[in-house]
Amino acid sequence: MKIRTFFYILKQGIVNLFRNKWYSLASIATIGACLFLLGLFYAVLANFQNIIMTAEEGVSVTVFFNEGTTDAQMEKLGQEIAKRPEVSDVIFHSDDEVWATFGPEYFGDDYAEGFPENPLEGEDNYEIYLSDVSLQGALVTWLESKTEVRKVNYSEMTASTLSGVNLLIFYTSGGIILILLAVSIFLISNTVSVGIQVRKEEINIMKYIGATDFFVRAPFVIEGMLIGLVGAAIPLVIIHSLYQYALDYIVERFTVLSGLLNFLPVNTIFAFLTPLSVAVGVGIGFIGSMSTVRRHLHV
Amino acid sequence: MSSNSDKKRLKREQFVEENGLIFLDNVTKSYQTGAPALNGVTLRIDKGEFVFIVGDSGSGKSTLIKLLLRELTATSGNVYVMGYNVSKLRHRNIPMFRRNLGVVFQDFRLLKDRNVYENVAFAQRIIEKSAGEIRRNVPSILATVGLAGKYKAKPKQLSGGEQQRVALARALVNKPAILLADEPTGNLDPGNSWEIMKLLEQINENGTTVVVVTHNREIVNAMEKRVIAMKKGVIVSDEEKGYYVDED
Repeated sequence: MKIRTFFYILKQGIVNLFRNKWYSLASIATIGACLFLLGLFYAVLANFQNIIMTAEEGVSVTVFFNEGTTDAQMEKLGQEIAKRPEVSDVIFHSDDEVWATFGPEYFGDDYAEGFPENPLEGEDNYEIYLSDVSLQGALVTWLESKTEVRKVNYSEMTASTLSGVNLLIFYTSGGIILILLAVSIFLISNTVSVGIQVRKEEINIMKYIGATDFFVRAPFVIEGMLIGLVGAAIPLVIIHSLYQYALDYIVERFTVLSGLLNFLPVNTIFAFLTPLSVAVGVGIGFIGSMSTVRRHLHV
Repeated sequence: MSSNSDKKRLKREQFVEENGLIFLDNVTKSYQTGAPALNGVTLRIDKGEFVFIVGDSGSGKSTLIKLLLRELTATSGNVYVMGYNVSKLRHRNIPMFRRNLGVVFQDFRLLKDRNVYENVAFAQRIIEKSAGEIRRNVPSILATVGLAGKYKAKPKQLSGGEQQRVALARALVNKPAILLADEPTGNLDPGNSWEIMKLLEQINENGTTVVVVTHNREIVNAMEKRVIAMKKGVIVSDEEKGYYVDED
């Protein structure tokens, strides 16, 4: 293909966009509406997932040692715990540290009075944080099998509830996003198809004059991809503004909530949503126009 | 002449020399229902001829044009155009083949949203002519068909006769060897019909083979060209300087 033909085809694709402005607008509106729903849903779900993940990060398992366990044994066990894949962090608390934390909490600033010795002696422990709470059970079983371990504190219900909710969100969001994608593809292909049906005569004329399939198809495909691109860009801009506004509003009006819940910053959401929307919009525009024009090429 | 394409071209030229520019060899075209649209038609049209194909509706003349354009393929027999066996053309080779033909239809088939200049230039863009060549060739062919002053007009701003001239200009701008015209005056008044016919005659005098499908008796009889008459899918007469005689 000569370079002038490439530029001619590119120009025709852009010109077609304006030439068939009602069809272009209808297609952009369809793609925009579908991707707006998709984007909105993704933003909400990503935040839900983030809140659950933050909650999971706070779930910890505490390990106490048998009397007579040496510092070296504790340290060795600490290293073994840290190596486990489900463990994200291990913090050692000596019994003195524990007393220094709880003493003032229960007995006030002069907590040491009346206690010549540390009443929590022997309460050295490891506080273990998990990267995946669903693996808490496995960790606890392993810890309980260790001879140095006297007691393992954990909350089975918290872990199972969180991992259950997480799984539910994963499957629900996956399902809904798939349905929305399927609906988008169906609606957009239909719009593209109707637009091309109207121009069947134009395709026939081109073929009679001796245009190759590529020459006929390329401007339609460029037009479809441009429609997809604009159709993706509009909801992205709207969702960006809405999301930023919602975040500011929640932080301003519900200070308690913003302290409890950790909302994802707008850039994190859009780092994934932008390529997804553009790929879906442009991809559907490309595939839709390509396959619909193909049906009319056998003249 | 070592390359394969040169050999093929020579072979085609030799075939045209021996069998004519258009050659139908015992061609039958049947549709799923009803009698065959063409039934064992054998026909030869030589380079530089002006031929009328006449007949009533259902006589098979439009099917004949569609076979020549490779819009349809023959059920049996062979259709040769410029030495190409049209029935055996691969889908990807059809555009290159069609660039040898200029086509004009009764309903003009212009691109409605493009102006006169763009409609004609489109044919040149397909064969990847440079912008300079297009700027030279399009005004020249528009002048030939008498539309130099209307190059900016959209098809709906033109009369039927003018639209057909645009279609003619588009068909001719790539200098085709054959011009196929399917009822070119079907939608025109007598005055415009004669204008178009005069243009076709002029084009033929410049060396293009012209095949016109029509049932305009007055024009056929006045022009004294070769007339092939068809009825129910067969050729019933083929005469030099013939007439369109009423079969009934």
